Amino acid sequence: MATRQTQSLARLMRAPAIILLLIWMLVPLAMTLYYSFLNYNLLNPAGTSWAGWFNYSYFYTDPAFFDAVRNTLVLVLGVLTITVVLGTAIAMLIDKPIFGQGIVRILIISPFFVMPPVAALIWKNMIMHPSYGVFADLAKFFGQAPIDWFAQYPLTSIIIIVAWQWLPFATLILLTALQSLDGEQMEAAEMDGAGPVSRFIHLTLPHLSRAMTVVILIQTIFLLGIYAEILVTTNGGPGNASTNLTYLIYRAARLNFDIGGAAAGGIIAVILANFVAIFLMRAVGRNLD
Amino acid sequence: MGSITLRNVRKAFGDIEVIPGVDLDIQDGEFVVFVGPSGCGKSTLLRLIAGLEDVSGGQIMIDGQDVTEHAPARRGLAMVFQSYALYPHMSVRKNITFPLKMSRMDQDEQNRRVEHAAKILNLTDYLDRKPGQLSGGQRQRVAIGRAIVREPSAFLFDEPLSNLDAALRVGMRVEISELHKKLATTMIYVTHDQVEAMTMADKIVVLRAGRVEQVGSPLELYRSPANRFVAGFIGSPNMNFLEGKAAAGHGAHAIGVRPEHFRMSLTEGAFAGTVGVAEHLGSDTFLHVDLDDGTHIIARAEGEFAARHGDRVWLTPEEGRIYRFDAEGLAI
Ligand SMILES: Nc1ncnc2c1ncn2[C@@H]1O[C@H](COP(=O)(O)OP(=O)(O)O)[C@@H](O)[C@H]1O
Ligand SMILES: [Mg+2]
Repeated sequence: MATRQTQSLARLMRAPAIILLLIWMLVPLAMTLYYSFLNYNLLNPAGTSWAGWFNYSYFYTDPAFFDAVRNTLVLVLGVLTITVVLGTAIAMLIDKPIFGQGIVRILIISPFFVMPPVAALIWKNMIMHPSYGVFADLAKFFGQAPIDWFAQYPLTSIIIIVAWQWLPFATLILLTALQSLDGEQMEAAEMDGAGPVSRFIHLTLPHLSRAMTVVILIQTIFLLGIYAEILVTTNGGPGNASTNLTYLIYRAARLNFDIGGAAAGGIIAVILANFVAIFLMRAVGRNLD
Repeated sequence: MGSITLRNVRKAFGDIEVIPGVDLDIQDGEFVVFVGPSGCGKSTLLRLIAGLEDVSGGQIMIDGQDVTEHAPARRGLAMVFQSYALYPHMSVRKNITFPLKMSRMDQDEQNRRVEHAAKILNLTDYLDRKPGQLSGGQRQRVAIGRAIVREPSAFLFDEPLSNLDAALRVGMRVEISELHKKLATTMIYVTHDQVEAMTMADKIVVLRAGRVEQVGSPLELYRSPANRFVAGFIGSPNMNFLEGKAAAGHGAHAIGVRPEHFRMSLTEGAFAGTVGVAEHLGSDTFLHVDLDDGTHIIARAEGEFAARHGDRVWLTPEEGRIYRFDAEGLAI
């Protein structure tokens, strides 16, 4: 019964959770906003003063800022592309009944259980290392000079590592979507004269579009904040070649002890993330009702 | 053209032989119905003809050409699935043109055919909707539309009406029959419903456990069933079987009498019994009678017949309407 009494009772019961959530979100945001207008450096906390828009203009005129924005976008787009394309391919492969299906599926999912810094360290020291990494061994086997991944292709290396971590997530979501594809539809298309490629384009892809949207939206949220992988591998370098926004803010706060500057960077990052979110919702969100 | 010939077609899934060997000739333009109980292999046989399953042995020929190894698309057949199998993200128009697009037909011809099919099937107003916005009957018609635009040499239907409610089913049954008259294309229609089979078919193929029990026109099967299974399957309500003394009197292991071939009387007759349930429909009266020897009989009288629960009745089979079967169940 949706009488007025039950409605106000419901509102009352919901209130604590909502208030807690508001405090949880609003207080840090307000504090960040406040700090971003202060000259506040941990090396000289006594000299804290009102800074106006200085932190913002400082951050904005920092040449590293635009590098960081570009790197952030390249990182997000690169990882999204790799995970969605490879995820679809792998999902289609393991959707077919094969020998040892259970084991194969577990193996494919397992990277997801490795914590980001651990994964990055493994890649750094055991796979991409120029003298004792697997890639170097492979290069030597084929008579090529080993590549020093983190020096020569820092951002690409990080994209590869992050994509490796997120591939299981994409694969899993896409696999469940594939399994809900109606077999009779495929057979109908086969009788309609559609070859494997046409069936993929006209049936499988549209069917997967919703799952792809979920993958893209969820991954974007996490990929905008990538940080641990950069910290343990390239430290944002060489130069700013692998510095993204999150890492730039970290550098301002923890290496320069500039709380005001870091807070301004955080606010800028939040605004940029919202831009990306609006853009994404426009581009792919219509797949979700 | 659309004559289809099966020569000793067999199908096994692993160790389980579902179709042990079927021979069948289907003439061009015939409406053939495969009928049989659930799980007897009707769908499997249809899918073998369509090419969606590989045969384990035997030959399938269309218009005299061996197509056993051909892919489904090359056989020139169109299929309507039980689930309709429409493409959910495409509009009705796109669904119907899909096979034409796949064969790279030119755009004008595609449009002409869609408009034509939509007119035949009353879909003109719905061409821009998605399948999800249509009723069951309309979806069914879209599936049929997608089949007819290809102008196939034969149509295959797999229980196309089983997802519709009873009233729609009768309507669609008539529509499909009319479509067959209009197109004069071979149709193979699978159903477990003998009423659909009797009303629609030129030729009925009765299947049991993957074997063809009998092939014939509806009335041939009604009049001269080859065995007890066909006799019991064709006709509604089912044929009554009497064994023991009653059958021995006719020199058979069992005799069969259809409900409509009993004369009923409240005073005298061949078999005496007690009325269990009496169904008075006005046009007909159905009596469920328990004979004195324990046999349960359903008998039909035209018009009204005054008998109620618990009454004594006598039933007499009409002369020449008694089917006799031997111990193996074959008709004598
Ligand atoms: N892909 C399959 N694998 C194994 N057994 C199957 C398969 N398809 C059908 N069968 C079996 O074949 C028999 C006939 O099935 P089907 O042709 O669908 O029957 P019907 O359509 O007459 O109800 C059933 O016993 C079913 O279990
Ligand atoms: Mg079936």
